[in-house]
Amino acid sequence: MDVRTPWQALTRPLAYPRSVWPWRSAGYLASGAVTGAAALAVLLVLAMFSLLLVGLPLLLFAGVALGGIERRRLRIAETTPAADPHRVPDTPGLAAWLRIRVREQATWRELAYAVLHATVLWPLDLIVLAVCLGLPAALLGAPLRLALDGQETKVVKAYLVTSYPEAFAASLLGAVLLVALLYPVAALAGARAAMARALLAPRETELTDRIGEVTRSRARLVDAFEAERRRIERDLHDGAQQRLVALTMTLGLARLDAPPGSPLGDQLAKAHDEAGQVLTELRELIHGIHPQVLADFGLGAALADAADRSAVPVDADIELPRLPTAVESAGYFAVCEALANIGKHSGATKARLTARYASGSLTLLVQDDGRGGADPAGGSGLTGLADRIAVLDGTLTISSPPGGPTLIRVEIPCPPPSA
Amino acid sequence: MPSSLRVVLAEDSVLLREGLIGLLARFGHEVAAAVGDAEALREAVAAHAPDIVVTDVRMPPGFQDEGLRAAVALRAARPELPVLVLSQYVQRSYATELLDSGDGTGVGYLLKDRIGQVEEFLDALTRVAAGGTVVDPEVVRQLLRRRRDPLAALTPREREVLGLVAEGHSNGAIARRLVVTEAAVGKHIGNILGKLDLPPAEDTHRRVLAVLTYLRA
Repeated sequence: MDVRTPWQALTRPLAYPRSVWPWRSAGYLASGAVTGAAALAVLLVLAMFSLLLVGLPLLLFAGVALGGIERRRLRIAETTPAADPHRVPDTPGLAAWLRIRVREQATWRELAYAVLHATVLWPLDLIVLAVCLGLPAALLGAPLRLALDGQETKVVKAYLVTSYPEAFAASLLGAVLLVALLYPVAALAGARAAMARALLAPRETELTDRIGEVTRSRARLVDAFEAERRRIERDLHDGAQQRLVALTMTLGLARLDAPPGSPLGDQLAKAHDEAGQVLTELRELIHGIHPQVLADFGLGAALADAADRSAVPVDADIELPRLPTAVESAGYFAVCEALANIGKHSGATKARLTARYASGSLTLLVQDDGRGGADPAGGSGLTGLADRIAVLDGTLTISSPPGGPTLIRVEIPCPPPSA
Repeated sequence: MPSSLRVVLAEDSVLLREGLIGLLARFGHEVAAAVGDAEALREAVAAHAPDIVVTDVRMPPGFQDEGLRAAVALRAARPELPVLVLSQYVQRSYATELLDSGDGTGVGYLLKDRIGQVEEFLDALTRVAAGGTVVDPEVVRQLLRRRRDPLAALTPREREVLGLVAEGHSNGAIARRLVVTEAAVGKHIGNILGKLDLPPAEDTHRRVLAVLTYLRA
């Protein structure tokens, strides 16, 4: 077993005294006595200032600062680092920092720890160290003291030693005591560390917040991807497409000028038709990258248009308000992919699309009368879409028993529309 | 309707704007103003009182549907102002919004690709200027694939006729295309209007309403 705490070290009592853990435990308690004494001094000063109110925010600072120090000091006793429970302020500056700290439970736990540490814990640390290490050390040093003091010496201020046999007996007792008392040292250090961790390390809910932060950063990535998509669409639309339109116009005019039935006229007609086809293909391509109707009229209209375009006739039942851009986009591409799959693989003769927004959730249902057997794990485009939907905390479920029918359900939670 | 139209043109791509000015001038139309954004379009229309407005959908500053918004706003102020919107997208939503503006006459929604079909484009331009309603054949084709109420009652032939009406063709043009008599086309349209529950009123109006029903279906 990998020993990570003093308590775990105690579970192997024979190995414990020879291990590094007695040293770590003692070091933790000793440094605790130092920080505790310092904290007491600071708190006393701040408490005086608090009478004038200016000390209150400073008290908060002190708690947070001590929390930071104590989390680092925890590494002496335990090998697992304690994470910082605080959130990073969105905006720089002291005011933002204070605002966010005041609202965090962790800040107040740190303050509680600071008060506890400064008043009760550090004297306890000191007493235990004195009894468990100081007392045996004094006994151990009895022969030396006798040698230094001459005829007699008092050990531990109480016991008079007058001869070397007595002194060595005391020394032996000290050695035995030292080993025996190393155990309570680890026990107390373990208890102190566990308590510090409980008060200073992030709670479950604070970890959940952190996961929320990670999700938000993933959402930002998706947003960036979406923005890039739109940029490509814009470039194609404003560049290549306009030039092609101008080209077909020029070719169209040239055709009017060319003598009908002449070789030149035929060539021009061919070029004109070719350019027209390229234009059609480009239009489809641009639409696939990002349909303008999605931005202009929203998901409802975009879905109606997607239903129009579908190779398999779609019975569309759509009732949607405007929703956040990311949600509209993810929902749209999910339905498009589903409809494309129906057209390619299902053998269905008709499909049904239902789109609703109710109680904070967008629900999209795509159902067909095809042969079923769709495998979401089969590397289909739906897997990628499921990932995108998952970023928005949504789900994509597929029910497709062999023989059909296939039902695809997309649910994305989102705030109600502002309008 | 004058054979030479005074046009206010809104298109942010300089290349295309210059091309369109050249094209329109060549066929005897006068471009009273050519502008690059929606705000300038509004000012130009106020200043020049054109016979028709030709505008792009996507324009500065937001590069979203400013051109379409401007067209809808212009028609809200002057419902009879003919507007031809050029779009890079086959999109029912844009066409429907445009047709809903004003009384639905004198509007057109064409794909930009159509400019290349010079004669078709000029034909659409003059039809819109004359108060016609023109929807791009590509949009109509896409909608033709839809088989839903309230069009379920229509026969395939009636749907075909309605599609051509939506593209902005006259009864005569539809008759030539389908190789039937104009009377037969009239009869089909009568049936369509009946099935779509559009009570008799002024004829062009009902045609537009039928097209709207068709686009919304």
